[in-house]
Amino acid sequence: MPSSDKGASSAVEMVEPRGGLGVAMAAIFKRDLILAARRRSDILNPLAFFALVITLFPLGISPQQALLATIAPGLLWVAALLATLLSLDALFRADFDDGSLEQLLLAPQPLSALVLGKVAVHWLMTGLPLALMAPLLGLLLALPGESYLVLSLSLALGSVSLSLIGAIGAALTVGLSRGGVLLSLLVLPLNIPVLIFGTGAVQAAIIGNPVGPHLAILGALCCGALMLAPFAIAASLRISING
Amino acid sequence: MWAFIHKVGSPKWFYTISARLLPWCWTLAVTLILVGSIWGLAFAPADYQQGDSFRIIYVHVPAAFLAQSIFVSMAVAALIFMVWKIKVADMAAAVMAPLGAVMTFVALFTGSVWGMPTWGTWWIWDARLTSMLILLFLYLGVIALRGAFTSRDSGARAASVLAMVGVINIPVIKYSVDWWYTLHQPASFSITSRPSMPVEMWWPLLLMVLGFYAFFIAMTLMRTRSEVLRREAGKHWVRELAAGGA
Amino acid sequence: MAFDSLDAFFAMGGHGAYVWSAWAVTALAMVGSVAHARIERRGLLRDLERRARREAATPRKNPDAS
Repeated sequence: MPSSDKGASSAVEMVEPRGGLGVAMAAIFKRDLILAARRRSDILNPLAFFALVITLFPLGISPQQALLATIAPGLLWVAALLATLLSLDALFRADFDDGSLEQLLLAPQPLSALVLGKVAVHWLMTGLPLALMAPLLGLLLALPGESYLVLSLSLALGSVSLSLIGAIGAALTVGLSRGGVLLSLLVLPLNIPVLIFGTGAVQAAIIGNPVGPHLAILGALCCGALMLAPFAIAASLRISING
Repeated sequence: MWAFIHKVGSPKWFYTISARLLPWCWTLAVTLILVGSIWGLAFAPADYQQGDSFRIIYVHVPAAFLAQSIFVSMAVAALIFMVWKIKVADMAAAVMAPLGAVMTFVALFTGSVWGMPTWGTWWIWDARLTSMLILLFLYLGVIALRGAFTSRDSGARAASVLAMVGVINIPVIKYSVDWWYTLHQPASFSITSRPSMPVEMWWPLLLMVLGFYAFFIAMTLMRTRSEVLRREAGKHWVRELAAGGA
Repeated sequence: MAFDSLDAFFAMGGHGAYVWSAWAVTALAMVGSVAHARIERRGLLRDLERRARREAATPRKNPDAS
């Protein structure tokens, strides 16, 4: 991690110890991980929601295997998107309520780097489990055999962007008492490119096209989000706290 | 330079100078739109393929242009507000959002009506219409976020951040939707991307586009002036203005 | 002129309903925005005026009351 050197040089006037940023990010990462481990239902609920939504579609549309197989990539991706969305509201909520978010704002390290630690935990606790669980649900939807690995891979890669973009919305609405519906209105349109290329990758795998380009674009979206979103998240948190 | 920016940024200066600009903008807008409409509706030749239904282009394309330009202008105003704390910029951004949403709706409606004689259906998931629909949701998000905050300043800053995030995303959304469309509906007939359009059809379109832009500027100036009065109602110069008008 | 008669102009070569409804909605949206902005401005000016009158009236009222 080169960030430890950068942190020391970019915040010279703070007179912080060498490696301060790395230490702070690791501390936040560890703290959120412990908190998440204590609230297991927060991890399990999106997964249960994901499975439930997928169960609804055969009931609502038709149990025909051929029909389900054609729409399975889109269904799995949309359901995963909604499950991530569901977990976003809690991303900053507890820290906002107990005041530790304000402490985060006062820390000498740049806020944009610190929130990256929180988003990383969010991805580990929702994006990654969803990606691992998706093949199981793909089985229920009769997803063709060649695409299971690509489904997991595209979800794992795409959900990084979903977590990052979603965190902007969560940060903007954390100060509002009824932010849930607003959060989805803000975040869903911004997630459309990820959805398009994510389902594109799975569909390409099904028909035997190369999946590399799709995954590469998902990776590019992820890099772009990783580069810009932290600043937007930090700015949004400052607005929510001061307002 | 800085003195100039802050002078323009002062609500009072904006209020006086915009009063002088406004009549010109309205004259320009009304003239261009009237001439463009009459020319486009009655004098431009009918399209060899679509017949007279192509005359919807003269409202659809300018509205679609405005829908996108207004979002960009709003994001620029938001940036100016966030960086230099110029309040007038935020007032302009606040009044641009509803106008942009209206224009996006108009573009969607006219596009959909145009779809009926062209494709035989009211709605088709055409790349252009789909990105317009997403743009409408982005506008609604910005408007809703601003309204959700009880403090005006927090709402303004939150909406500014969202506008800037949105404007970075618009090209990404546009390209991904285009890509998605070509994947699912290859080589179909797009209503507006035409290789060659006779000059007699182009002129009225140009006039309409310019007219719509003038309309946008005039509307923004007018409503920003109202916003100035609303937010500065307690200030000395506004009271003098009200007393003088009474 | 692309049309022979006024009827042909309104018929728009059979596409009259589409063309005119699209133009009508656009015109309605634009005129509606302007009307809304005008009503908003008039209301604001009236409020300001009323406020100014009230403020001007307050000092005169006080001696009456005493």
